[in-house]
Amino acid sequence: MTTTTDHGLAGHSPRLSEGLPETSPNRRRFSWAFAIRIMLLLLAAALTLGPVMWTLSTSLRSPSESFKLPPSFIPWNPDFTSYGEVFQQLNIFLLVLNSALVTGLIAVGQMISAALAGYAFAHLKFRGRGALFSIVLATMMVPVQVTIVPVFMLIRGMGLSDTLLALILPAIPTAFGTFLMRQYFMGLPAELAEAAAIDGASPWRTFRSVYAPLAIPGMAIVGILAFNFHWNEFFRPLILTISEQNFTLPLGLVSLQGNLGTGSISVVLAGVVLSMIPALVVFMFGQRALQDGLTAGTGK
Amino acid sequence: MSATTPPRERPRQAAGPATEAQHQPTAKSRHSQRWLAWIFLAPTILGMGLFTLIPIVASVVLAFFRWDIISAPTFVGFDNFSEVVQDPTVRVSFLNTIAFVVVAVALQLGLALALAIMVQEKMPAWLRVFFRSAFFFPLILSAASVSIFMRYLFNEQFGVVNWFLSLVGIPAVPWLTTPGGSAAVVILVYVWQNFGFSFLLFIGGLASISVETYEAASIDGATGWRKHLHVTLPLLSPTTLVASVMAIISALQVFDQPYVLTRGGPGDSTRTAVMVIFESAFQRLEFGQASAVGVLLTLIIMAITAAQFRLSKRFVFYQ
Repeated sequence: MTTTTDHGLAGHSPRLSEGLPETSPNRRRFSWAFAIRIMLLLLAAALTLGPVMWTLSTSLRSPSESFKLPPSFIPWNPDFTSYGEVFQQLNIFLLVLNSALVTGLIAVGQMISAALAGYAFAHLKFRGRGALFSIVLATMMVPVQVTIVPVFMLIRGMGLSDTLLALILPAIPTAFGTFLMRQYFMGLPAELAEAAAIDGASPWRTFRSVYAPLAIPGMAIVGILAFNFHWNEFFRPLILTISEQNFTLPLGLVSLQGNLGTGSISVVLAGVVLSMIPALVVFMFGQRALQDGLTAGTGK
Repeated sequence: MSATTPPRERPRQAAGPATEAQHQPTAKSRHSQRWLAWIFLAPTILGMGLFTLIPIVASVVLAFFRWDIISAPTFVGFDNFSEVVQDPTVRVSFLNTIAFVVVAVALQLGLALALAIMVQEKMPAWLRVFFRSAFFFPLILSAASVSIFMRYLFNEQFGVVNWFLSLVGIPAVPWLTTPGGSAAVVILVYVWQNFGFSFLLFIGGLASISVETYEAASIDGATGWRKHLHVTLPLLSPTTLVASVMAIISALQVFDQPYVLTRGGPGDSTRTAVMVIFESAFQRLEFGQASAVGVLLTLIIMAITAAQFRLSKRFVFYQ
């Protein structure tokens, strides 16, 4: 975080696809170094994607065949029995609904609160701005596992024990999101505010009609990061929810694995595959935003 | 520019001296800016105060009390800390966590750096996009789901890993039933999912090394490995520092993988610091002890962050 430049996140970060320049002036058609390098990279990619391919492929085997060897990595004859079975074993609709509700509300809450706070830190003048921003940044250092005991007590005191709100409310204030939005707003030209001030616009109107519409891409990054993180979250739901009707997907799947033993791994894997679908959608459409957001503030 | 020092006078500077006089903010505008700022900050600041700052203070205070929620808390001074330090389970868990951090972070960074250098060298653009997406992919999955399917893959009898090993004549490894095997699985699964993050950081760092630097190096006759040893690694040191600190801090907090893969077993062999917080608070209702462990973990994380700042001033080579 020490070497962050103050340009915005979207569009300004260097596109990485250019790669390194060729170092040898005379091109050769085939080189062993190139072949070995590509083989190593392909091996690494196979080890990375293989387990996921196996999961998908095994979830599409029938439960009785699911643990047969040799393993399958490509579903030649898909069998959807396990997908029917997982709906029998697990109230998947409720789990998806809970996960979607929790994740969606956290994402929207973070986008709005981070945009407002980020704007205040970037473009509004008030006493104590620097000190307050330092405090916000410092909270990022404290891991959630350390504050979980008092948060658990607080939630109990508020009468929110074992509710979805117990998961949603504490996750909305976001130091990282605020940091991201501040950087984003600082990347927008300050001349916009001056032009608006010349036209006699109030600070609120300047935000509302000049900066807010330009903030959407930055907010999207915050939203995508929040969605991906909280959709996958395990630790907080494990502690803050008690009854199964409030479980989120990862929690439901882990308890399903515990209940089923090794007899029907394809059923558990079908659940795992279903839970991955939103992440896959994000991966396909928001990969760039995710990568930019995840590495923001690391001096890239 | 440092991220922590907001450019207070930025709008006026940008306007330039010629127009400055015209746009001096009036007292009224300054007043309304201040109001708007506090309204905008209210949700974040109130929320953080309630759910982060108060809990941090409460956690520290709680570490000096004995409390099981049912009876009233009693002040016990440093008892929780001395018990925690003497408790063999807690000790083993901290040692496990440190060993885990050392091995997992070394593997993660080494792998990420090697792959990043290989990916950034000359190759068709579509292939580079494929590799980058593939290495990034595990990051978007849930650690709990990953651990669920990895537990099947590392099963001793019908697991895919042992099946592949049997093809090359290696007898079945008892992955999840022995201390060494379990520790290896937790590390491998963790690194499998997280190396992509360090990889992304290294890719970013490599892209920022200027073309001219490499041209100069190749004119001087540096090629292949020597080029990376003498040009890439020194110029990459700021990235390496950030990547190591982020990897260390996140590895110190490992929970999901050991919880789902091994539940800390067999014995205490894969129990981690955060698992001890979870178990002493929510299974044994020893909230004071849990807080003491949490405070110790936070102190370690803060020390590492402080060390990063000092190191970056001393050793890191900035271009």
